[in-house]
Amino acid sequence: MTQSLDYRKETASQTAGPYVHIGLAPGDAGFDIYAHELGHDIAGPNAKGQRIKVTGIVTDGTGAPVKDVLIEIWQANAAGIYPGQGDVEDGFRGWGRVIPDFESGEFTLETIKPGEVVGRDGRKTAPHLNLWLVARGINVGLNTRMYFDDAAAANDKDPVLTLIEQAHRRDTLIAKGDGETYRFDICLQGENETVFLDV
Amino acid sequence: MTSELYQRDREWHPPALAQNYKTSLARSPRNALLSIQGSASELTGPTFGHDEIDAIDNDLLRNYAKTGDPIGERIIVHGRVLDENRRPVPHTLVEIWQANAGGRYRHKKDSYLAAIDPNFGGCGRTLTDENGFYRFRTVKPGAYPWRNWINSWRPAHIHISVFGTAFAQRLITQMYFEGDPLIAKCPIVQTIPDQRAIDQLVAALDLNATIPLDSIAYKFDIILRGSRSTFFENRPEGN
Repeated sequence: MTQSLDYRKETASQTAGPYVHIGLAPGDAGFDIYAHELGHDIAGPNAKGQRIKVTGIVTDGTGAPVKDVLIEIWQANAAGIYPGQGDVEDGFRGWGRVIPDFESGEFTLETIKPGEVVGRDGRKTAPHLNLWLVARGINVGLNTRMYFDDAAAANDKDPVLTLIEQAHRRDTLIAKGDGETYRFDICLQGENETVFLDV
Repeated sequence: MTSELYQRDREWHPPALAQNYKTSLARSPRNALLSIQGSASELTGPTFGHDEIDAIDNDLLRNYAKTGDPIGERIIVHGRVLDENRRPVPHTLVEIWQANAGGRYRHKKDSYLAAIDPNFGGCGRTLTDENGFYRFRTVKPGAYPWRNWINSWRPAHIHISVFGTAFAQRLITQMYFEGDPLIAKCPIVQTIPDQRAIDQLVAALDLNATIPLDSIAYKFDIILRGSRSTFFENRPEGN
């Protein structure tokens, strides 16, 4: 026998279920309850940088849209600073929530394009949004990242993208756009399955 | 910014694909997750202030009441948010949602025949205090049927969402109630391979915290990933 290490175990995850909106986006569930619903404004009114709009669809292994998904976004500001890490613009939260349209399954998020972030060991990471997906049928929330196709030089050196062994799968993390509007589809399973991260 | 987190124990959490929870079949990635070391993207996270949350938001008996109290067994759900090192997680956002006492959700997609309660919304939120304590007042949710097998019933449960200080600590789980015979029969609960991890999701009846002649209480601690002590390093940041 040895002494006990005396750690506690992390509480196990359970699916967010089909009614996640009641808790995290009640307005979308069809009722207003809070004076101030959280997560609607990622960047706030004073954020510097390029305003962008990202649309996409999350699909399951059969190709059907996952209409009950909820996506959380966490990102740095245009200078590459996360809130809590340094000074950011007044009202810049860097965090938000989106759900898709219940009919089409398409989500839209509006924010600013983040800057390059200083990663581990001072190495730069290409501009990216950190995403976290929960839904019915997802037992543990799925982490992934969204990069930008117009930052190709930075993407080529990014420590996470370059860690993806199968080079063609890197494209699953890169949104295509014109600098203002981007398209980013997420595939939970199948031929174009998105790379998900154990963070 | 949090220092590096302990690796998430993927054998303790449910696997993405759980055969008996049918919806997971088409919604589970088939490729291995890419394990990455934590950077600022994972080790920072959003914070929330008291100015954004009203005092009544953690009182589900009152936060949607129109003509009186909701129907059902009055309960208090309380506990602490701690990390794996048993350190309290202060001022972090805890959000809950649940069915009403009849097992019906206030959601336009829920068509179960149990009645909507006009005085019950079914969601609440609060910030933990400086010692990680949180508290909600609500009604005990009812069990309800769902389409997995043709006769599947969810045990009474409350969905809980917690933030922590790092985005990589983000967690959604479900709290169950001591003594519920449906726990052992639920395909969603049973996605968790280790019985000890299931036991950790079952809130204990806490008679000491009841309000006599008013409300019964359940205690439920939530454990988030712990951060590595940098005791032996030259960079003690975040410790």
